[in-house]
Amino acid sequence: MSKAKKILLDPIFNDNPIARQILGICSALAVTSKLETSIVMALAVIFVVSFSNLAVSLIRNHIPTSIRILVEMTIIASLVIIADQFIKAFAFDISKQLSVYVGLIITNCIIMGRAEAFALKNPPLTSFLDGIGNGLGYSFVLLSVGFVRELLGSGKLLGMVVLKSTTEGGWYLPNGLLVLPASAFLLIGFLIWIIRTWKPEQVEEE
Amino acid sequence: MSEDSTRKTLAVALGVCLVCSILVSTAAVSLSKIQKENRKRDKFKNILQAADLYSKDIDISATYREFIRPRIIELETGETVDPSMSDLLNVETFDIRAVAMDNELGTRVPADKDAAQIKRKPRFMAIYPVVKQGQTQKTILPVYGKGLWSTMYGFLALNRDLKTIDGFTFYEHGETPGLGGEVDNSQWKAQWQGKAAFDDQGRVVIEVIKGQVDSSAPGAEHKVDGLSGATITTRGVDQLVRFWLGENGYGPYLDKLREEMADEQS
Repeated sequence: MSKAKKILLDPIFNDNPIARQILGICSALAVTSKLETSIVMALAVIFVVSFSNLAVSLIRNHIPTSIRILVEMTIIASLVIIADQFIKAFAFDISKQLSVYVGLIITNCIIMGRAEAFALKNPPLTSFLDGIGNGLGYSFVLLSVGFVRELLGSGKLLGMVVLKSTTEGGWYLPNGLLVLPASAFLLIGFLIWIIRTWKPEQVEEE
Repeated sequence: MSEDSTRKTLAVALGVCLVCSILVSTAAVSLSKIQKENRKRDKFKNILQAADLYSKDIDISATYREFIRPRIIELETGETVDPSMSDLLNVETFDIRAVAMDNELGTRVPADKDAAQIKRKPRFMAIYPVVKQGQTQKTILPVYGKGLWSTMYGFLALNRDLKTIDGFTFYEHGETPGLGGEVDNSQWKAQWQGKAAFDDQGRVVIEVIKGQVDSSAPGAEHKVDGLSGATITTRGVDQLVRFWLGENGYGPYLDKLREEMADEQS
């Protein structure tokens, strides 16, 4: 596998930011009760993490170490505001559901983590790819969790009824637990279990 | 210049901030028109929802224009006023906050009367009667008041009998998602439908209680279930509904309508 491809694809299964590094859990709990919000959130994070990696990498040789974190935060915060403005303009209903969580991308540890761990030491293009890769890794987990939560929690997918619930005269009794944020913990736990059974080298040594 | 010299540090900090602020303000300014349009549509949508005219496939603007006959009233007298007296009194872009803060158009609410904890209120309000076949079916009244964290803004639909609540929706609030945030849960909002807001003497009797309403008990027709885990938000909703339906809110206007109604009948 070529190096670029490895950088892009590794974070999806081999080094997933949520499943392997256990970063960015907070937003994965908050926005995954529906698939639609998960998708928008995933896109926003891919945008922010890739461009923040690119920007940080471009000026990496000029950032004074004393204000390194501040510079990174400024860049990330600006990108998040831009993403937020776009969502408010083009996906208004979703922006109301995501409410504060788009703004909270600023504190998503994956983004800061990639800027610190990767973009500061690597050239712009590879950093950009790394950002997209990590964004995709995050999206993979978000979409999986969102899929299961919306399907079993409310019997719908993207707002369309798949399993008709008893309250609407169908047969499916929605699982209320899956609507609550805590259920995402369980699902992420299962996901980590599956990934580590499939790729045992990810299991930490005791 | 070395990496860490003070001059370089300042230069980098300044440069980064400059570039970022230009990007952010460009995005904010260029998208603000679309966002404003979205907010207006959202407002229409909420008015239609309170009026029970909303469904997913309708053309929001067209339905709004077909059924809603908005007008500006003066709260104290209940009279309909001419909106041309100020730019702020435009029925479509009516911004409660801006009007309330205006020196001329807003007024301070005395602390002892401020049940909704809003401090200032507009002297004029845009209201949205729903007219079908030349008859006013219901009137949608904007209401707002303090919850736990935020000021909650909503629309209350009052049936043409001027007693029964036909619908209630909140379109803006910052209450805790999952707890107080449930004020915009459609199931909770649906409970308001058909509740009696006033008794026969025209006193405000609607109330949000703690826990569930026993539907067989007397007075159940003017009680609404509180939200569990959201005592303060629930109290806020209770207070704001009473405030706005009372003498400091739409009371004078509603009294006027009641008189007109009595005249018509006699």
